[in-house]
Amino acid sequence: MVDLETDVAGLHLWNPTMLASGFLDETGGSLLRVYREGAGAVVTKSIGPEAREGYPNPTIVELDVGMLNAVGLPNPGISEYEREVKLALKGGAIVVGSVYGKDPPEYARVAASMASYGVQAIELNLSCPHAKGLGTEIAQSEEAVQEFTRAVKDAVHVPVFSKLSPNVSDIAAFGKAAERGGADGIVAINTVKAMTVSPELKMPVLANKYGGLSGPAIRPIGVKAVYDLYEAVDVPVVGVGGIETGRDALEYIMAGASAVQVRTGIVARGTGVFESIKKEIASLLEEVGLASVTEAVGVAHD
Amino acid sequence: MIKTHIVPLLDVVRETHDTTTYRFRADIGGEPGQFVMVWIPRQDELPMALSYLGPVKGVTVRVYGDATEAFTSFRPGQRIGIRGPYGNSFRLEGERVLAVAGGVGMASLIAPIEAFSHQGARVTTALGARSAKDLLFVDRAQSAGEVHVATDDGSRGFHGFVPSLSDRLMDRHTFDQVVTCGPERMMKLVVDSALKRNLKVHASVERYMKCGIGICDACALDDRLVCADGPVFSGEALAASEDFGRWRRDKSGRRIPV
Repeated sequence: MVDLETDVAGLHLWNPTMLASGFLDETGGSLLRVYREGAGAVVTKSIGPEAREGYPNPTIVELDVGMLNAVGLPNPGISEYEREVKLALKGGAIVVGSVYGKDPPEYARVAASMASYGVQAIELNLSCPHAKGLGTEIAQSEEAVQEFTRAVKDAVHVPVFSKLSPNVSDIAAFGKAAERGGADGIVAINTVKAMTVSPELKMPVLANKYGGLSGPAIRPIGVKAVYDLYEAVDVPVVGVGGIETGRDALEYIMAGASAVQVRTGIVARGTGVFESIKKEIASLLEEVGLASVTEAVGVAHD
Repeated sequence: MIKTHIVPLLDVVRETHDTTTYRFRADIGGEPGQFVMVWIPRQDELPMALSYLGPVKGVTVRVYGDATEAFTSFRPGQRIGIRGPYGNSFRLEGERVLAVAGGVGMASLIAPIEAFSHQGARVTTALGARSAKDLLFVDRAQSAGEVHVATDDGSRGFHGFVPSLSDRLMDRHTFDQVVTCGPERMMKLVVDSALKRNLKVHASVERYMKCGIGICDACALDDRLVCADGPVFSGEALAASEDFGRWRRDKSGRRIPV
């Protein structure tokens, strides 16, 4: 029997798959459903201080290479969200609360409320690539990543994970900045800035014109980011980007990820994707002669 | 390459004073009750039930905001984006069907009414609207079976709400199955009434949607998604639902009364 358990900075997971922030995580009902269908933990939609409607549609475009979205951080606001988080926690889910804000005090305030609802960890969305004034600028500045992480770290007593953008020249430097800010873990990568144009209509398809690309197309970008971060930082890394199968997950794990997050994979394989990935990880680990996920973490490094 | 079909409109037909049908050719299949995401360029992308199946498809929409208002100015030849069809469909279960439609809910029910009739079922339609001028697809429903009309103002047919009319029909006739689409509180009355009579009942539920493909969570109904698990739900599922007839989500995900 292959051991699928893993640990991310004290967050104990029965299996290394997590629901990534952004899909099926605006309501407690959906969070709980995904957890019950096999995810080791679920990450909430990024929640801010106030309700936000997001952008007009089209906000999501299916492409042959993946999925492009500019949803624009819709969320009911941290007060309203209490009901959703508590519904998921009451059902037994392990919940990571994703938060955003406009400045360090706002991040800290939202994170403190989120933590008070009982979430087991906090994830900082430092890198939404398409919401102006909310994350984009932070993601481009090492100092900001450090400062924002520090503010949240000082405000909560649960592990804090900083989620980084791939839209930078050297993601490892940003990982080190988050680590200096006290991050207990690094999550990489957020979506890659992208656009699609309809030749027939002679215009970008997204109402916001550009957005973030996810899905299989960005997996090699994510694997490289995790590989670099694993060498650069001492805290655990969580890999995300284009994971649809156990094989994809193991690419990330062997590159250095202690756990993985899945999002667009749900489109291809449904919410059963978590259970499938678990089985595939177990059988592939057995095939290559590894007894546990923890043994596989980082083995791709010399 | 995007998976959205960009298609020219073939025709634009004014059905009532505030409701219009847009027809287009798209080789995408489609079952009665399924919906497509319709991209109205520079406006919005909205879920709309297929009111015509077959090679030339159609959607029928009432003006309820800026995008649907702007859509009425579109002319044949202008292009729109279509993705889908998405969601599940109405399935015929028996030989005698009662279809209960309220207002523009008829846009979702007309395809199943016609399909069930073609499959040999005897279809009775109870069609409700505010006033005679709001009645939709009366002729198409009459070609598919018997039609009973209810109007809130009594300007045509039964004077009152359509659930009262459908209750009478359920009392007087035998049906194997009830299908319904319309305002949610209306559907709730129809569902409860059918369940009380031990009738199989299915309702097509409407919610705000962003993605249409089961990921954005905007259309959550309890722990189900209207786009992927619905839009058609069984009466039993709806009777057990905490949200149906009571709660929906606004664009930010806040839980608000239906």
